[in-house]
Amino acid sequence: MELICPAGTPAALKTAIDAGADAIYCGFNDETNARNFPGLNFSRDELREAIALAHRRGVKILVAINTFPRAGAVSLWHRAVDDAVAAKADALILADVGLLEYAASRHPAQRLHVSVQAAAANADAIGFYTETFGARRVVLPRVLSVAEIAAIVREVTCETEVFVFGGLCVMAEGRCSLSSYATGQSPNMQGVCSPASHVAYEQENGRTKSRLGGFTINSFEIGEAAGYPTLCKGRFTTKYGTGYIFEDPVSLDAATLLTGLRDAGVTALKIEGRQRGRAYVEGVVRHFRQALNALDSGRPIDAGQLTPFTEGQATTVGAYRKTWR
Amino acid sequence: MQLSLGPVLYNWAPERWRDFYFRIADEAPVDTVAIGEIVCSKRSPFIAPHLPAVVERLRAAGKQVLPGSLILTSLPRERRQMADLVNTEELLVEVNDLTCLKPLIGRPHAIGPFINIYNEASAAFHAQRGATRICLPPELPMSSVAAIAAAVPNVLIDIFAFGRVPLAISARCYHARLHKLTKDNCQFVCERDPDGLMLRTLDGADFLTVNGVQTLSSTCTNLLGDANALSEAGVGSFRLSPQDCDMVAVISVFRAALDGREDAESGTRRLAQLYPNAPFSNGFLHGVAGFVSVAPDARSSRQHGFREPIEPHML
Repeated sequence: MELICPAGTPAALKTAIDAGADAIYCGFNDETNARNFPGLNFSRDELREAIALAHRRGVKILVAINTFPRAGAVSLWHRAVDDAVAAKADALILADVGLLEYAASRHPAQRLHVSVQAAAANADAIGFYTETFGARRVVLPRVLSVAEIAAIVREVTCETEVFVFGGLCVMAEGRCSLSSYATGQSPNMQGVCSPASHVAYEQENGRTKSRLGGFTINSFEIGEAAGYPTLCKGRFTTKYGTGYIFEDPVSLDAATLLTGLRDAGVTALKIEGRQRGRAYVEGVVRHFRQALNALDSGRPIDAGQLTPFTEGQATTVGAYRKTWR
Repeated sequence: MQLSLGPVLYNWAPERWRDFYFRIADEAPVDTVAIGEIVCSKRSPFIAPHLPAVVERLRAAGKQVLPGSLILTSLPRERRQMADLVNTEELLVEVNDLTCLKPLIGRPHAIGPFINIYNEASAAFHAQRGATRICLPPELPMSSVAAIAAAVPNVLIDIFAFGRVPLAISARCYHARLHKLTKDNCQFVCERDPDGLMLRTLDGADFLTVNGVQTLSSTCTNLLGDANALSEAGVGSFRLSPQDCDMVAVISVFRAALDGREDAESGTRRLAQLYPNAPFSNGFLHGVAGFVSVAPDARSSRQHGFREPIEPHML
């Protein structure tokens, strides 16, 4: 299985190459990609240089242009597609049907991947993307169990890529407006979720409250580590009780499921985290490289070394083990 | 301006669901009714016995009926349900997930608010494949609505104009999780909350509502005050989403206001009486946080405890 690694900066990209990535995904430093954070991502020149470097080292570069183009400004996304093709990207990761149509007709030889933001969660939806745009790979949403992934792989004609580590969306990706409801900015439109510009930490009655867009997302004892207020990982209250209603502040770690994913016929494993630093990229990529080497040689996989890199220092296998059902 | 009624998103008792639609058929001045269980496939068997009679009554009353697809389709059983749905040849299917688009290509169909149409290119893509009406995602600002409507003049543009806003869909059921049940053995606990389960911040501020696998806003969209601007932008239909209130009266208020028989301010006052559960919002349309209520004119705004700073140019 290919190991697909994140890079938010040229430095992280070099780190990922050294740590054993087979392919690296990255985006331009604007609203065309779904990790549009300040100080992150690649200029046109940086991308060209990164691709040249990666190709010298035998590593592929996948360019994510996976927000939904803003009406009236579609040409900005068209330019991103054209520039990524000209820079010799190995694949483009796209979500919008209008943009997929543009890329497929303008650059018919370019390899296209369907972004997780396109929410292709079953063989029929995947078939629509492969037949309409000639997409060669689909990144599966994090809502499926390993058995369901295996069934999809048997039925579709394209490759599949699944997330194995990092931030975990509990909502279907590409179909969530929670962030823009609280802040006016969303993953689909601006490429951000729960943006830092709308985050505040306040001391109140001996507690630290984390707020997003004015809404209290969590509350901590003084001295307790106050986590980042990602909206769906907050603590809320209902008439049936108070707690982490959607999901605890945990990260995905599917290291223990690699055998099952390989047997399911998955082509590529993806690590989330273009917004994370070099230490994260180095640690997580190297760990999964070793795990994949162990898998290939039939040795046991050493799981559970990655806790320091996780949100809330806790992990879950998410939907993969069917506990959501 | 036409009116469309969205599907009931909540788990209402089957007889109540049937009687709701019978009354819509008999009394509501609405042109189009989207129908069917689109949130959770486990609920579908309950309304299935009543569906034919409801569709027949609505059509006999002259309403256009749009059977809607599931928002999130993953199980084999759900895919079979969707395959059956697209065989409904005499009705215009409303697509809420691309799962069921392929067999509809080349045949007239509707695109629901759960399909990502964020720009004129994706709207044109769907129009070329047979979409004759598109209900836009509620997240879109006015500038996008106008650009999309201008690009597909032959498509009826429907806009989410009343009701709690659907914000997210998940494979996980939060009603079941709250009741410490599994999704497969959920005991249909969502039926206890026919208007959704209020989710508050730890400070006690209303924030979201939970409806099984779906998460909606706590505020209620109300675009009555934006009707003139939307009409000028090329919007042809207002979509009203059923809440646990007198929806026939809600529809009548919209009809009266859109026909100029009542002004938006007085209509909004009446809507607030009919549905006092939730403050109104229209922030998405004005390019700010969705929960915000922006007064497009002198109309007073209603808003919960928090105030989002709004740039003057957005007002």
